[in-house]
This record gives sequence, structure tokens and C-alpha cells, in this order.
Amino acid sequence: MTRFNWFNTTTLTLGFAFLYLPIILLMIYSFNESRLVTVWAGFSTKWYQSVFFNESFINAAWVTLRVGFISASVATVLGTMAALVLNRAGPFHGKTLFTGMIYAPMVMPEVITGLSLLLLFVSLDFTRGFWTVTLAHITFSMCYAAVVVSARLVTFERSLEEAALDLGCTRFSAFMQVTLPIIFPAILAAWLLAFTLSLDDLVIASFASGPGATTLPMKIYSQVRVGVSPEINALSSILIAVVAVGVVTASLVTKQAQVKRMKEERLAISSI
Amino acid sequence: METLVSTQPVCKFAPWEDPAQEPLVRFESVTKKFGDFTAIEDLTLNIYEREFFALLGPSGCGKTTMMRMLAGFEYPTAGNIMLGQSNLQKAPPHKRPVNMMFQSYALFPHMTVEQNIGFGLKQEKTPKTEIRRRVEEMLSLVQLEPFAKRKPHQLSGGQKQRVALARSLAKKPKLLLLDEPLGALDRKLREQTQFELMNIQEQLGLTFVIVTHDQEEAMTVASRIAVMDHGKIVQVATPAEIYEYPNSRYSADFLGDVNIIEGQIDVTTGETVSLAWAEGETPLAISTKLRPQTGTTAWLAVRPEKLRISKEKPENVDNCIQGEVWDIGYTGNISTYHVKASNGAILKAQVSNREHLADRSITWEDNVYVYWEKGAGVFLEA
Repeated sequence: MTRFNWFNTTTLTLGFAFLYLPIILLMIYSFNESRLVTVWAGFSTKWYQSVFFNESFINAAWVTLRVGFISASVATVLGTMAALVLNRAGPFHGKTLFTGMIYAPMVMPEVITGLSLLLLFVSLDFTRGFWTVTLAHITFSMCYAAVVVSARLVTFERSLEEAALDLGCTRFSAFMQVTLPIIFPAILAAWLLAFTLSLDDLVIASFASGPGATTLPMKIYSQVRVGVSPEINALSSILIAVVAVGVVTASLVTKQAQVKRMKEERLAISSI
Repeated sequence: METLVSTQPVCKFAPWEDPAQEPLVRFESVTKKFGDFTAIEDLTLNIYEREFFALLGPSGCGKTTMMRMLAGFEYPTAGNIMLGQSNLQKAPPHKRPVNMMFQSYALFPHMTVEQNIGFGLKQEKTPKTEIRRRVEEMLSLVQLEPFAKRKPHQLSGGQKQRVALARSLAKKPKLLLLDEPLGALDRKLREQTQFELMNIQEQLGLTFVIVTHDQEEAMTVASRIAVMDHGKIVQVATPAEIYEYPNSRYSADFLGDVNIIEGQIDVTTGETVSLAWAEGETPLAISTKLRPQTGTTAWLAVRPEKLRISKEKPENVDNCIQGEVWDIGYTGNISTYHVKASNGAILKAQVSNREHLADRSITWEDNVYVYWEKGAGVFLEA
């Protein structure tokens, strides 16, 4: 069997071109000397310099990072708790409903999530700003965290927890000393996913945000409406690089750790 | 089938026969239901200190539920479980002086062997030096000193099993529960470990309760066996008693190989009943103290090794059945002859192979006589 016949090669090339050509184009033009975005006038890194001296960009980046960090942390804790309850509690009335409701926000149109959050904040008379964006991000990223942790708990050997209880642990200390360390890679992966989702989000943040709390995607979007500048290309390239490097390394690391832990767990409980 | 009666200590250990002895564990009319399913039904059982007690039965018979109730992972729906003077009704697992060795071993994968063994003591806030001393003691008990710093995934099956044992013994529990502890080991290692378990139990003077579906394992290690079926105890006795004097077809069949012949009570004379088992055949004589009514259905159970087989009609025997050799099972040390009687029933007779294979005279389709003494069989009413 030939792995790279003409059909496979063409499909692959077209597919990747479709996915990455726009991004590559954007990155190339971020090194453009000219102020005109579509006219190439030689190589330059001056737009990158100007990004770092643009205070509004730096502020937006700082807001984005803080929102991402706080919302990912809270969403991971809540998501883990939800995953634990849904995996551990025996059958109870409405379990299927609750499980479905955890996953529903994943398929809910972002515009609707954003709009309903906006209505909630307005009716509760919340001042929209940093904290409302953070709350909104916790809401939608929590379900992703729950899914990631759930997937791990399904394969978790329950007798490990029972052994801890048998040896004198309370339920809480059994969780802290045995369950948590073993499922930790999954929790880390859940955090990273929640963090990335928060970095990416434009729609929900636009609805939930107020003056003084502009995230980076919001900033880029508002600038583009005025006109695409090479500066925006540079900023976007930086954002892509940060997310790509971060996510790839983190997922590689957690994947490895998780596979290793799961293998160890399997080997520790079976005898062969 | 070895019963190992001869290896039991000269000074007889039988606290269950002494009415002055207080049992360590008492199940008092315990019932356990899961929804509509009754796992354990009105069960009463005493287990004494220093016993090696086996719960034996097929899967789904309730033996694991009994063990999980002792450990505190399940609570009885009705009835009481007493440990010494304390009622275990409401005690959570971590408040019981009971430890368990899990079937899967359940070793903590993120901890070393040392940390696994010391885990229970750490929970009790035992001083560090004491934990270290105790862990070393346990490591030497199970001969794993060189492996103290290893993680569970770096151990072989037998080593993991010993770590699990050491961990469950580290807190010196009043009662140790073993859930199919040797199920995952290969045959040779299993046999060796059975004797190790017995030695450790004797050495430490602890009470062990083992759950198993392996009748040979139960007979080898246990001081007494409870044969269970569908949430009920069929018989509780020493391995030898159950093997020689089963109280029902179920326990006769569960422990070892057995021939069971169904018939009607013909006459009862003195301590012998005769059982009409087939048209035109001489009724079979069985010794028993029971006085069953004539005409009721009953059963004779007789172990294959108690049957003798010959080509000539034997003289002066209590029971003799003529038949045809249907099949021969050869397992090296013994041969099992399957003999088909006139009514189509198959009787198994086991013969020790003292001679070489070539010297044996009985072969397929031979006309043979199978015979035994009336005391060799057991009369069963259920």
C-alpha cells in the first residue's frame, strides 16, 4: 500500500492549506515593512516593536491573562467536583438530566450564552467589567473541565479509594492522598483547556465585558473594524505563537504524564 | 483431593466446639438487600479468634457482600454484626479494627512499597520512627526488604501480592479480610503462598477471613469453611467434616468430586438404610443415624476414590453395581473410570496408578463391578 499516492498527497495538501494558509499569510505580512497590509515592501520587525510600546495592547493582554488564570482555576475546581459527583454518586433521580446539563453548554451557540449572561448581569445590576467576563468564562469552560476529568475517572480503580478508607482515611483525606495525586495530570489538562478557551473567546467576552476590561481578542476585533494594520498582524502572530507553544508543550507533557500514571495504576492493580 | 488433616496441630484447635468461648465476630440474623435483590438472607454465623475462616461459594453467592459488610463498605439492611463487644452497625471503614487485602491488591501507584505499607500507620499519626520500625518488620515478614524503594509497577505479581498483605497487616488488625487473595497468581506460586499465609496467620496469632471460590484453596488454608449458596450458608464445618460428611448435595458437590445417586428409601434397619435406585437392581446400603420414612426420595453421595473397581464379581461387599467402562480419565497419578450402570447413570471410580500404564487390565467397554462399603457413602436428605 502506498501511503503517499497522488490522491492522498493532494487531499492532505489542500486540507492543510485550507487550515493554515490564512494564518501563514498573516504571519508573513506581520514582517512587512510597508504600512499597507497587502503590499510587500521588504522584511522588517518594526511592527513587533510597536506592539510592545502600545499601551492599550499591553493592557488588553494583561486583562486576558488574569481572566484566563482565574477562570481556568475556578472552572477546574468546579468541573472536577461535578465530574466526581456524576461518577461517584450511585444512580439517583435526574442523574442523566444533570449529566446532560453539564455537557449542554458545549453545544450551546456562544451568542446565546453571551446574551443570556448579559441579561443576567443587567437584571442583577452587576457593573460589567473584569469580574463579569471572568464569571462568564468560568461558566462556559467548566463543562469542558468536567468532561476531561470525567474521562479520567471512568478508568480510575475504585478499590484504591476503598483501600485508603480501609487503612484509616476519611473520605476527604482518601481523596486528597490517593485520588487527587493519581488523577492530577487530567486536572492539569482540564486547566490548560479552560485557560486556552478563555484566551480564545471573543463572543462571550464582548457580551459580558464593560469599560476598562477589554481582552486581547476584543481589542484585535475592534482594531480590525477600523482597518487592518500590520501592527495587528504582529499582535496576532504573537498570540498564535504563545497559544501554540503553550498548548503543544503542555499537552505533550500532560499526555505523557497521564499515560505513564495510567499505566502505573494498571500495573499496580493487576498482577501480571 | 488432599484434606491435609494430618498437618493440623496435635493440640486440637476447635474453639467453636467450646461453649465457653466468646466468638470474635458474630453475624446475628443479617440480611442485606440491594434494591429488590437479596444478597444475604437472615444469616447467623460465629467466627472465633485465631481462626482462618473461609467463605466459599460460586460468584454471586453473597460471600463478597459478607466481607464488604465486615470491612464497612456495605451496611446490613437488617440484623447486627458484632466484633467482640462492639456493634459494627454504624461504624465507617476507617473506624474499624479490621483491614482488608483486596483482590486487585489496590496498591497506591504513586507511592513506594514503603509508603504503601506505612500508609495506614500514617493515618493514625503514629510517630515517624515507629512507622519506620513497623514497616521494616512487615518488609521482613514478607521478605521484601530489597524492594522498599520500588513503586508497585516495578514489582512482579507475587511481590505485589506480598506488599498488599504487608500493608493490610501493618496496623495489626483484630480481623484481616482476604478477598480472593491468590486468584491472580499462577498455580505453583498460589500453592506456595497458601502455606505462607497459614504460617503468617499462625505466627501473628490473628484472625483471618478469606473469600474464595476455589475449593482446594479453602480446604488447604481454612480452619473452618462456610459453604454459601444464594445468600445462605449451606454448611459450616472443618474442611474434613464437609468433605467426609456433607449435609447436602450442594456442599458435597462443591467440595471435591462426588457420585450422587438418587433413589427411594426402601427399608431402614438399625443404622442402615437401603435405597432403591434402579429397577431390577439390589438396593444400596448406607450407614446413617437418621430415620427416614420409607418411600421418600433421598440421595447417596460417595467420593470416587472410595469406590473400588474390578473385572471379577467381588464377594461379601455391602454395595456392588455392575456396569460398562464408558470413559477413562488419566491424570498421571490417578485414573478415573467412568462406569455406566444399567439405568444409564455414570459412576466415577478413582484408582491410584501404582502400576505402569501398560500393566493395567481394565479398558474401554469392559464389563466391570464397582463396589464400596456402606460406611463409605453419605446419606443425604437434601
